[in-house]
Amino acid sequence: MREDGAVSEPGLIRGITRRDALRRIAIVAAGVPMAATLGRVAWAGDAPTTPPTAKTARAKAVIEIWMAGGPCHIDTFDPKPEAGEDYAGPLGAPIQTNADGIRIGSLLPLLAKQADKYSIIRSMSHGNNGHETAAYITQTGRNPGERLVYPGFGAVVSLFKGGTNAYTGVIPPYVVLTAPLGRFSESGFLGPKYAPFATGGDPNQRRFAVEGIVAEGISDERQKDRRELLHKLDALGHALPKSPGLEALDRCEDKAYDMILGDAGRVFDLSEEKDPVRDSYGRTTFGQSCLVARRLVETGVPYVTIHVGGWDTHKQHFETMRRRLPDLDRGVSTLLQDLAGRGLLDSTIVWCGGEFGRTPKVLWEAPWNGGRGHHGRCFSTLVAGGGFKGGVVVGTTDKKGEDVADRPVHPRELHGAMYEKLGIDPDGPLPNQRGLDVTVTDPLEGGADAKRLPEIA
Amino acid sequence: MKKLLWAALLLVAVQDGIAADRTIVAPFETEAQTVSPTRLDTIVVASQRKRGVEPAPACSDAVFCRRVYLDVIGTLPEPAEVTRFLVDNRNGKRAALVESLLARDEFADYWSLKWCDALRVKSEFPINLWPNAVQAYHRWVRAAIHDNVPYDRFARDLLTSSGSNFRVPPVNFYRATQGRDPQSLASAVALTFMGERAEKWPAERRAAMAKFFSRVAYKKTGEWKEEIVFQDPAPGAEIAAVFPDGTSVTIPADQDPRVVFADWLIEPMNHWFARTVVNRMWAWLMGRGIVHEPDDFRADNPPSIPELLTYLEKELVDAKYDLRHIYRLILNSRTYQQSPIPRSDLAKAEPAFACYPVRRLDAEVLVDALGWISGKGEGYTSVIPEPYTFVPEENRTITLADGSISSPFLDMFGRPARDTGLASERSSNPTDAQRLFLLNSSDVQRRLERSPRLIALFDKHRGDAEELVTQVYLLLLSRAPTQAEIDAVIAYAKSPGRSPREAGADLAWSLVNSKEFLYRH
Repeated sequence: MREDGAVSEPGLIRGITRRDALRRIAIVAAGVPMAATLGRVAWAGDAPTTPPTAKTARAKAVIEIWMAGGPCHIDTFDPKPEAGEDYAGPLGAPIQTNADGIRIGSLLPLLAKQADKYSIIRSMSHGNNGHETAAYITQTGRNPGERLVYPGFGAVVSLFKGGTNAYTGVIPPYVVLTAPLGRFSESGFLGPKYAPFATGGDPNQRRFAVEGIVAEGISDERQKDRRELLHKLDALGHALPKSPGLEALDRCEDKAYDMILGDAGRVFDLSEEKDPVRDSYGRTTFGQSCLVARRLVETGVPYVTIHVGGWDTHKQHFETMRRRLPDLDRGVSTLLQDLAGRGLLDSTIVWCGGEFGRTPKVLWEAPWNGGRGHHGRCFSTLVAGGGFKGGVVVGTTDKKGEDVADRPVHPRELHGAMYEKLGIDPDGPLPNQRGLDVTVTDPLEGGADAKRLPEIA
Repeated sequence: MKKLLWAALLLVAVQDGIAADRTIVAPFETEAQTVSPTRLDTIVVASQRKRGVEPAPACSDAVFCRRVYLDVIGTLPEPAEVTRFLVDNRNGKRAALVESLLARDEFADYWSLKWCDALRVKSEFPINLWPNAVQAYHRWVRAAIHDNVPYDRFARDLLTSSGSNFRVPPVNFYRATQGRDPQSLASAVALTFMGERAEKWPAERRAAMAKFFSRVAYKKTGEWKEEIVFQDPAPGAEIAAVFPDGTSVTIPADQDPRVVFADWLIEPMNHWFARTVVNRMWAWLMGRGIVHEPDDFRADNPPSIPELLTYLEKELVDAKYDLRHIYRLILNSRTYQQSPIPRSDLAKAEPAFACYPVRRLDAEVLVDALGWISGKGEGYTSVIPEPYTFVPEENRTITLADGSISSPFLDMFGRPARDTGLASERSSNPTDAQRLFLLNSSDVQRRLERSPRLIALFDKHRGDAEELVTQVYLLLLSRAPTQAEIDAVIAYAKSPGRSPREAGADLAWSLVNSKEFLYRH
């Protein structure tokens, strides 16, 4: 029996699988001719089918901390002091955390005190060393090569949790602080409706000017007046009152004004937070982004990505670590503590990592002068909350941190485990406008009976 | 005689009692029949009559002018161009405008953009052409469009070239696919030139077509990211392949199977070839393919008007694959020049092409239009190594070669990622985020406040509100305002506490946010 109560008797699993398969066939049978004849399927926003795990799932939201560029596993969550300075570099001895037998990098002292709240997967692996391809694999859980370009994890979660489903708030269901990930399309074949809402602006400024929500110098009254003028001058709209495309634009306008004129935009107003709280997150763009993420999740937004770049440290690696890791340490540890203190950690998954790790052996030679290259053979990802166990290390790497020694974890397994916590059936159909017969994520190599991350699920 | 025929057809439609509302809607329509019906129109109207669908009236000159600029060159007309067209009272002025636009540089820019979508021209994941090859490939495509290279030669060059990706640009066709195995290449060929999705074919048909591409090989050179695409010179034996129409062929070991395939493909009797491209062009101009989606030809997805597809196909072959001949046929037809306001139920009118379908401006065209108002372009950069790419501000977005170079705006507004080459990758559906951005972003606000064009109008026509409103309309909507619109704006400006500067800004904001600005119509 799985902890989440999902069935484990073989007969029942087969039953569910067959039912899912039938359901999938029915969707395809209904969807394709409609798409072909009408060219437009009233699909977006329709409630997807309820997965079998829904009843016991605890997680309602996800905060993803995306460390773009590929953070070094050895200097963060998989220290290798015994491998010598050519591997460990000059950063000093790792720190013992508050979880039994778990050590992490010396620049993460605050996270060391919170290790009971998170688990570390040290054996993440996909073997790809190109940023864009590795980012695709870690974001979508799929290996590239098919004609289809799949949506990222956040887009899929917002598909299931946003729209007319669990979350109906005014703020879009998938928010990225502050710039989109770039390099590949986050929403894949689902299209821009499922792309994240990128806030722009800087939460560490006096005023967090979220693009579109906060317009400087335009009073609410003028907003209302000019909207009225817009409606008066909308000649094409008047001439085509029943056009479905134009009506869709009107609905978007209504939602936009809910954000502009309603209270929803206040979630971005950090002046509502007390100074000590703001200080505890760190007065940096990243720290304040963590605070905004907590506020967003509190109001029900199901998916928030904090996009923090600068981890592609081919050169000046250790200088960069000394500058960036304390910022990361403060922001993430405060976020976990704050979520836990507010009773939100149990319903919020926090995951933190990048597209790959970095070469364990330091490149002392010119032109790198103490840098680290790309390393997709193994890397670490931190997972917390949402019902996942804390204080556990999943998998190990070899003595030098070059390869997975035990229990390789492909991103698809991590995604699948998170989907289960969110009540989304990883093996269920992924609804889509194109009528494609695809599942939420690819099955594990172990087949239908294989469990996803049983160590921490 | 032709006019009589048209009138007779209309009469029948009216007698059939279908939505006989012929009230002309200002400012979008005109009573006058502006062009004579063509053979194309006869075919379309006959089909509409059978379905009980009534065509829309002719669009007004102002609407035609804006429409044809956006459709043919992806660019808004200058106010002076609009005025010149509107006051021109010669017969055939619409055809003359079409001709002048086909000769513009932006025509080549805009249609290269569309072709590069279909050909998946991008430097990074999941296509990986890399920047230098992207530039070379895009330049080659643009030159072919600019010089009006016959379409059969264009296709043959893409299918049969060998050499360096930098020096022989069409070889990039075989590099712009997600997989490089023969089946992936065959799928790309089927999608691009036959409008078919090979993944829906039986496996043996796919495997048989893949044989033609089984000897495509790749090798690196000493130059960064240079790659040679060539025909494997060491074939084992002759190849037994099967054309998609089921004909078997044995290809001698010393012959390039790609050439055998290309010559079969572009043969005039081969329906797959010509009908695919005319259908694509129809879809690009009319918002929907005769076969819809335009890259999903299947036995169980028939054309909505088969005679129309046959007609255009034959015209292209007879014109020796001159694509501009097809542009002229479509753009000078009454069908294309209909009003956007359907006279029958839209669900029936759309597949019968009984109105011009409204659709949001392409992301690239929209951002260029905003840049045109603000006098400031985008200036794209790309961090993809190497070399880093910097696109200067004066370059229009429609000239952007590389699908990997993007911006939050382009992503938000549904620019295709160029991952698959499928037409459905481009999205013009509205989203909440788009609406929020246009209505209330500092970006759009700044563009309008700092627009040299708008500032010049405000300065010049201070004190003459009516003229000012007229000029702002002409600039932003390519037409004169109605009296009711002028009155509404003047009333808005007179409300207490409203400064003239605010009123002017709000007028421009309202027009830019109107459906008339945002949608091709």
